[in-house]
Amino acid sequence: MAWRRFSRDKAALTGLMLCTLIVLAALLAPWLAPHDPNFQFPDGLSLDGAPQPPGRAFLLGTDLLGRDLLSRLLWGARASLLVGLIANGIAVVIGVLVGALGGLARGVVGTLIMRFTDVMMAFPVLLLAIALTAILRPSLWIVTLVIALLNWVAVARVVYAQVVSLREREFVEAAQAVGASGSRILRRHVLPHLLPTALVWGSLGIGTTVLLEATLSFLGVGVQPPTPSWGGIINESQSYLTTAPWLVLCPGAAILLTSLGFNLLGEGLRDALDPHGRG
Amino acid sequence: MLTFSASRVLQSLGVLLIASLMTFSLIFLLPADPARLVAGPSASVQTVGSIRRELGLDRPFAAQYALYLGHLLQGDLGRSYKQQTGVRELIASRVWATFQLMLGAIFLELLLGLPLGIWAALRRGRWPDRLVMGFAFLGASAPQFWLGLSLVYLLAYGLNLFPLGGYGGLSHLFLPALTLGLGGAGWYARVIRSSLLDVLSRDYVRTARAKGLSGSRVVVRHALRNAVSPIVSMIGLDIGVFMGGVVVVESVFGWPGLGRLVWDAIRVVDIPVIVGVVIFSALIITLANLLADLVQLLIDPRIRYS
Repeated sequence: MAWRRFSRDKAALTGLMLCTLIVLAALLAPWLAPHDPNFQFPDGLSLDGAPQPPGRAFLLGTDLLGRDLLSRLLWGARASLLVGLIANGIAVVIGVLVGALGGLARGVVGTLIMRFTDVMMAFPVLLLAIALTAILRPSLWIVTLVIALLNWVAVARVVYAQVVSLREREFVEAAQAVGASGSRILRRHVLPHLLPTALVWGSLGIGTTVLLEATLSFLGVGVQPPTPSWGGIINESQSYLTTAPWLVLCPGAAILLTSLGFNLLGEGLRDALDPHGRG
Repeated sequence: MLTFSASRVLQSLGVLLIASLMTFSLIFLLPADPARLVAGPSASVQTVGSIRRELGLDRPFAAQYALYLGHLLQGDLGRSYKQQTGVRELIASRVWATFQLMLGAIFLELLLGLPLGIWAALRRGRWPDRLVMGFAFLGASAPQFWLGLSLVYLLAYGLNLFPLGGYGGLSHLFLPALTLGLGGAGWYARVIRSSLLDVLSRDYVRTARAKGLSGSRVVVRHALRNAVSPIVSMIGLDIGVFMGGVVVVESVFGWPGLGRLVWDAIRVVDIPVIVGVVIFSALIITLANLLADLVQLLIDPRIRYS
């Protein structure tokens, strides 16, 4: 039923297609990439040291060090998706658990948990992420961790609202009446209902996480060179914007398409799984 | 309403207090040694030790935080490690530039988002609707720094319409404000569209139509008034998003605001400036949301908070 709705949604299918392409590009990078992403080709720079524009030898041109841009973009998909999947996965797990606990635990504990998310909402997430990654010595794993620790709040709030309405439903009351323990109710009766929400955020969140990682790498506090990352490529070449625009435009397009794909997929999933919650 | 406002203000104060504690402890727990950073890599152990004492960094965490909080309550955010100036003075010297940028972004968001959202709602399911929704999705997915660079390439370098960057009048403001606000414009359009569609299906709109009022009159007089209410709280939320966005946008355009201040501070680990700007941002975000709630309470009599 949900699949039928999903398969009739053109935007969602476009999203699914984009996501599949990006994931394949990341997985198959060693075979798809025409060159070694870190090799500095002697003919990759013109005689006066400028990067080569897109052409036959280098499909998307070369970067400032004469490396093949297409190969670097394909390998860069790995960093983006790795951070996207892991950081967002952790964020969704924390968010679902905190939201569910906050919703089920009445009284002080529930209030405390939700007040804590209020405080987190008052923080400028991006600003904090930049400060933390910069001071902690940036690396792929620090970036992943920082993004995960900042991004769970939105999920927790959605899940909390859902659990509060779930716990008033008859089947939860019935389970309580026959003496089921709190953890059993959580596992058997509440968590399964949160699966669609987790799926939707699992996709939408990757869209935001990919943007966040790209932004951090662009500022130089994300994935570190020589590991190719899309934001990092733009960071290296932004001062060559007017002479070598492909070095900024191509990686940017890759970020845009990835984020767009996961956003479209997430919205499509939301519409398919919950036809009443259309926005 | 008065009790609601009072409790809302109290709640905001609590949020701010905890936010300051969290920021302070986060930075405190970091492995960087501020005294070493201030002294420089070649300074002797004795010099680093005396700087540590001078900055109060040798005291226990609770004492440091209590001292900081005491100063904070008097509006004192401490002194920058690198520049011999108070953090409050540094923030004050930059806040106007950032404020202009945010104001410009909100203005462009409304200018683009409102008409596009109305257009999409009135042509639901047809090509204008799909176009606007596509724009909203693209706006939400485009990285801001890339958007800024692309706008510079196309409009400033290519067509020579605007300066390449820097601080100045309206022509300098336009591109950074557009970069900051373009994603939000798509978001506004989406919300206005769905809120207008919701209102248009209500009974009182049907009644107005049945009375024979023209389509545009129904939309303007009856539907829009009720559909714009969410915009107020969205502007409040926007401020929070902007506080992060300005770091990127100001760095791309060389705009001398708070974002540049904190970015420069981050690169040299000037902790008082970083903590000061984060706490100042939390204050602005909390105030903006508080204000949005109160304004909404005033303009929309249907909302009754308990």
